[in-house]
Amino acid sequence: MFHALVAVKQVPDTTNIRIDPETGNLIRQGVPTILNPYDAHALAAAVEWKEKLGGKITVISMGPPSAVTTIRECIEMGADRGVLITARQFAGADTLATSYVLASIIQRIHEEDPLSMVLFGKQAIDGDTAQVGPGVSIRLDFPLITYAVKIHEINLEENYLVAERKTESYNEIIRTPLPAGLTCEKEIAHIPYASLPNLVYSLRYEPEVWTAETPIQFPLDQVGLKGSPTWVFKTTQPELHTAGEVINVTEMGVGPAVKSVFAKIEASGVLKSVAGGAK
Amino acid sequence: MTRRFWVFIEQENGKPHQVSWELIGVARRLAGEIADEVAVSGEEVLVEAVVVGNDVKAVAEEGLKYGPDHIYIIQGDVFSHYRNESYSKALVEVVQKYKPEVFFIGATTLGRDLAGAVATKLGTGLTADCTKIEMGAIKEGGPKLLLATRPAFGGNIIATIVCRTHRPQMASVRPRVFPMPEIVTEIKGEISYEEVQITEEEVGAKILKVIRNEAESANVEYADVLVAGGRGVGGPEGFKLLKELADALGGVVAATRPCVDAGWISYDHQVGQTGKTVRPKIYIAAGISGAIQHKVGMQDSDFIVAINRDPRAPIFEVAKVGLVGDLFEIIPAMINEIKASKEAQHA
Ligand SMILES: Cc1cc2nc3c(=O)[nH]c(=O)nc-3n(C[C@H](O)[C@H](O)[C@H](O)COP(=O)(O)OP(=O)(O)OC[C@H]3O[C@@H](n4cnc5c(N)ncnc54)[C@H](O)[C@@H]3O)c2cc1C
Ligand SMILES: Nc1ncnc2c1ncn2[C@@H]1O[C@H](COP(=O)(O)O)[C@@H](O)[C@H]1O
Repeated sequence: MFHALVAVKQVPDTTNIRIDPETGNLIRQGVPTILNPYDAHALAAAVEWKEKLGGKITVISMGPPSAVTTIRECIEMGADRGVLITARQFAGADTLATSYVLASIIQRIHEEDPLSMVLFGKQAIDGDTAQVGPGVSIRLDFPLITYAVKIHEINLEENYLVAERKTESYNEIIRTPLPAGLTCEKEIAHIPYASLPNLVYSLRYEPEVWTAETPIQFPLDQVGLKGSPTWVFKTTQPELHTAGEVINVTEMGVGPAVKSVFAKIEASGVLKSVAGGAK
Repeated sequence: MTRRFWVFIEQENGKPHQVSWELIGVARRLAGEIADEVAVSGEEVLVEAVVVGNDVKAVAEEGLKYGPDHIYIIQGDVFSHYRNESYSKALVEVVQKYKPEVFFIGATTLGRDLAGAVATKLGTGLTADCTKIEMGAIKEGGPKLLLATRPAFGGNIIATIVCRTHRPQMASVRPRVFPMPEIVTEIKGEISYEEVQITEEEVGAKILKVIRNEAESANVEYADVLVAGGRGVGGPEGFKLLKELADALGGVVAATRPCVDAGWISYDHQVGQTGKTVRPKIYIAAGISGAIQHKVGMQDSDFIVAINRDPRAPIFEVAKVGLVGDLFEIIPAMINEIKASKEAQHA
């Protein structure tokens, strides 16, 4: 049976982040949270393949209790089962500790109900590290396809999938045995509209909530801050650059303004004779 | 003990990625930053690099010009095309053998894919996309650690991250964040080969096809002149105008994220926190407001010209010259000015 698992993260909507100008700390209050956009597309890809192959989709998330809403949103989009793992002990996890917890959960689910593939977003927009997906896949020893833009084929009988990934200079079509790990770009699938049955199901759906003790007893030295080798030593505000000269083009007139810019570039010596035809 | 600073040399079909050399420059600088410590301890400090591929001796030879003490080559058919499983296995093996203190990988598409896997297998910490790197003590008189600084929370905060007990201390750095090192006058480094046992059967991923997108891959990172457009250019047509200016200047077009999201231009043109970091000689920002996430990607350019109708736009804070006015008036005037001066030269 087709069984896809999608790891989803609830993230602050970083377009709305504000910084306390006095303390330099992040103002967390009142910042809306959203389902990480790349994860939504990863889930959409799972939904597309469930429509073709039948089977089911499990979503998992590690995060605060409020992430229940994120899981419900995934159910609305077409996931069947949602697991939220939440515990104080997990706080402060870096990517290594996060991938440890997620890999342990996925392993457990995989043992009970074998997985065909595990999908991640390309990156979480709050940290932008793009490391959790590779980290989890490596821990599980699943072949990994990063920056996936399309899943061409999933063959359950012969146990493989074919997917396409995008790099800076080429696209690659790769075949891997199942289960495979994929980190997904937005192109992988369009977000579906929630169907009425899914909507109704999601309203009543209560995600399973796992803790640091049950059903998996996590060694506390490997999770959260304790299990994280990296550590924030200090934080600062971004450096302010000094503004240069500003020209009001309407006052000076566009011709003279442009001439003056090129003269300044010329004088600075960054490029020999730009207006005279660089290179 | 020997203190080793390591760099992964990225290459594709025998073509090295320039970020590898930039990182050798960083590693050499850091090795110098612990000179006081090793003067006391008597330890040896080595700057070394490792290259994985098939037939990559020429790459290693080129790398020696940037002054590392040693370059290790891991080669074989199984490495002819990048795959996470084979490359990460190879790197993990040599890291475990030589136990470097610091290990840098370029934060390219390939490097990000690889770094996360290698760090996880080694069970060590990795700081991604660093913008500043130094060796320093975190408390008075303590040992010097890698202080890896990166923007966090959409660039609103700059965080310095340390990895206290696990080794190697890993960091990834984007192309162009650090300058190219000087070529050394005398090559003193050596090349040697490392054997890694891995067969094709052990690698799950098989590459069926590689489709090159030559036309698309804009070399934004390494262009000397960038003409960048934001939402103010209004649409794909606006980018044609910018292209005309870029062509006249021998440069390349870049863009902000909303323009890419709207499909006006492809992602490889995006500059900023989730795009590319650039430091061209000239950066012309047209119709760009200057959000922090955009600025972190371009503020180290040598000469920034900002064009914006709004005199309060934050882009002016980083510009050497700001032009308050309409880009649709200013850009064509710039194109004409260049044409006129070229004609004057030819006349
Ligand atoms: C986690 C995260 C990551 C991000 N990463 C990136 C990134 O990598 N790169 C990036 O660019 N953004 C990024 N962003 C988005 C960023 O926050 C801004 O939204 C974006 O940079 C704004 O783009 P813009 O300047 O083109 O648009 P706007 O902010 O809308 O600015 C348009 C400007 O054009 C001016 N203008 C309009 N018409 C004209 C005219 N005719 N002549 C002159 N001026 C005119 C206006 O005055 C205005 O200042 C990120 C955001 C988040 C939250
Ligand atoms: N706490 C989390 N819970 C579930 N999935 C996560 C979590 N953190 C990261 N992920 C997954 O890993 C991807 C990459 O995250 P990151 O490495 O933080 O950029 C995300 O798009 C998610 O799919």
